[in-house]
Amino acid sequence: MEKVLVIDPEICTGCRICEQVCSVVNENVVNPYRARIKVMRWETQGVVVPMACQQCDTPMCREVCPVNALEKNPDTGVVTVNYDRCIGCRMCVAACPFGLMMYDFVDKKVIKCEQCQGDPQCVRFCDAGALRFEDKQKNGSAARKKQGKKLKAALSGRDQP
Amino acid sequence: MALSRKIAYINLTTGEIRTETISKELRKQYIGGRGLDIYLLYRNTEKGVDPLGPGNAAIVSAGLLTGTLASASARTHVAAKSPLTGYVGSANIGGFFGPEMRLAGFDHLVITGKAEKPVYLYLTNDSIEIRPAEHLWGTDTRTVQQMIVDELGDDDVKTLCIGRAGENLVKYACIRTSIKNSAGRTGIGAVWGSKNLKAVAAKGTLDIKLHDPLMALEYNRKIIDQVTSAKVSKTMQKLGTPFIWGVTNSTGLVRTRNFQSNQLSDADDIEPESIEEDIVGTAGCFGCQVHCRGKYVIREGKYKGIYDEGPEYTSLGAFGAEVGCRSKTTVLTGNHLVNYYGLDNLETGSMMAWAMELFEKGILTREDTGGMDLTWGNDEAVIELIHKIANREGIGDILADAPLEAARRIGKDSLRYLVHVKGMSNLHSDERPTPALALNVAVSSRGSDHLRGRPAIDLYHLPEPFLRKVYSNPIPYDGPLTSDYRDYEGKPWQVLWQEHCYEAVDCLGICKYHTVFLGPNMPCFQEWPELIRVNTGLSFTPEEIWEVAERGYTLERLFNIREGLTRSEDTLSDRYFDEPVPEGLPVVRGRCIDREKFRLMLDEYYRLRGWDENGVPTPEKLKELGLDTI
Repeated sequence: MEKVLVIDPEICTGCRICEQVCSVVNENVVNPYRARIKVMRWETQGVVVPMACQQCDTPMCREVCPVNALEKNPDTGVVTVNYDRCIGCRMCVAACPFGLMMYDFVDKKVIKCEQCQGDPQCVRFCDAGALRFEDKQKNGSAARKKQGKKLKAALSGRDQP
Repeated sequence: MALSRKIAYINLTTGEIRTETISKELRKQYIGGRGLDIYLLYRNTEKGVDPLGPGNAAIVSAGLLTGTLASASARTHVAAKSPLTGYVGSANIGGFFGPEMRLAGFDHLVITGKAEKPVYLYLTNDSIEIRPAEHLWGTDTRTVQQMIVDELGDDDVKTLCIGRAGENLVKYACIRTSIKNSAGRTGIGAVWGSKNLKAVAAKGTLDIKLHDPLMALEYNRKIIDQVTSAKVSKTMQKLGTPFIWGVTNSTGLVRTRNFQSNQLSDADDIEPESIEEDIVGTAGCFGCQVHCRGKYVIREGKYKGIYDEGPEYTSLGAFGAEVGCRSKTTVLTGNHLVNYYGLDNLETGSMMAWAMELFEKGILTREDTGGMDLTWGNDEAVIELIHKIANREGIGDILADAPLEAARRIGKDSLRYLVHVKGMSNLHSDERPTPALALNVAVSSRGSDHLRGRPAIDLYHLPEPFLRKVYSNPIPYDGPLTSDYRDYEGKPWQVLWQEHCYEAVDCLGICKYHTVFLGPNMPCFQEWPELIRVNTGLSFTPEEIWEVAERGYTLERLFNIREGLTRSEDTLSDRYFDEPVPEGLPVVRGRCIDREKFRLMLDEYYRLRGWDENGVPTPEKLKELGLDTI
């Protein structure tokens, strides 16, 4: 079953615990700049957006890789880096339209979210619920429900619950 | 390791910068944060130093666990000799700066001297650069942060800064970061201003190595669950600190009209439920799941459409109860303006309330105020006064000084109406019915203040056996304790215990909402040894952490004594003793502090601390703490 990391910027509190935990799980240190997830901030407007790889159906990182170091698992949909093949050319970094294929300047390797073997730790620590790990088929259902409720309220002429 | 970070000494007069490692021995004695803060302040300033002269040291400190996998490890401590009180200047700030400073390789900055022209510091990966800041001088605290990000071309730069209040040497100017985080108290912003230091920016990419990363991850999860399962945290996640207002105002524990009353009636507009309508979301500091910072947009008035964060409980007092205003718009606007200028909201509100009472009593007239009508509840005047204070215009120039200086300048009978301890005003809480809370503000090492040792859980009527469990950890206590907050019995120990508890979290770099402040079951001395071990590998027992806290607190006392403090200043304004509270529930109405019983509490407090009857630590106590040779 394919599951994806669903982000909800409206709920995100911008605390960066996802970055903190991600760097510990993957690199054994706290260093938000080596995390696979990144909270983008527009503080003066109070806007924060957590961003992580969405495991594209047609991953541009894989398309551009000259040595087939990127593989998409047919069952889970997760795109992983095969470091035995990777030559560190960083074309995948250039190709990712979201900038979520990143480069680790310490270990000198490309890094991306690989969903912690099916148990993303950022999700486990995001108590606010701005990050969820959901069945791909359900993707978008929360937003639909939220907006649908507004429509329902408008149609029935009542205040929103 | 988290332990490899350095102390940097920066002389702004000469431009000289040198760094030093922190020995394990020093860590064992002071841990870090506020502990090493006072150690560095004590050793790097001379007796009688001018707070606004080049000889004062402006110190910035990360806690031992700042930036590590300890929940809410966001905190930074700042210090200097206070221009407000002449004693310890010390304040704590959240946000994201502390972790960033550590990622850049530094734990402590000791900034001395005075730059010829405005400058800011840029810390990055073990290097420090002094950069020109003439183009930043005059900007507000939000704009300057953005300008530094733009100038350095890096969105991830985090900045501590001062606003116009600090530049204008307003004696209670604060240090700020992000939208609302403030090291509010004791006027450190004015110290930075006096040094021509506009900001300290940091961006670092150095790993913070943990002793046992996987254990640290699991222990963090456990601590977060412990913190967020508390009802108080769930409320804070939704409302932030304004939730406190509902209980305190209805009980009659809120100081209104400069202590003339203890309850604000007809104040529905600033009740938490009303504030909640304007809260569009909440924001968290680094790694914090309590995320108590409300996000709001001002909906009405001249500042309509402006985004800001808060308001804290303290702003409801500063721009509500204290000045007799009942308008949410005034509270949210006032909160925005102190953030904008970099003013301590508590002191600003208290100074305005004092001025308004002086106006009521005819000590200040329209001639003094430049035509302003300082009648209680005049929303427009309150907002205008904030501008005048920050810019030192007209009457604002007098009110921008330290309370005791301002009273000297105004003269007449003005001092009589000033409510302060050691020259610092309190927040808007009325401690007359609550002896424990009153003792806390009287003995606090930085002047009247609730965040040094307030036993807030004393208000909860907790059963005595439960209280005993909390307050006997880690040091056994078999003296009296009572669950009645109007009592005087056992309160000195509660205050002392809380002082050590808050000192310890300030040393660790953790937020007070993650320890026994508003919730009695929060992580504390029992949990901290493991938290320290998994993150840093250092071993401490609960008793050793207690001793570090005692050492730090005692050193703050020694600093104050060096600067002239005596027992006579460990007291309260006369109003606490002479004027019973007129409003509130029957349990509090008519109560005030009994002078004799207060004296006994103070004696007991000194005795428990190992201080003599004049409040001076005994030679034996100093020897025990290793402070005899400091």
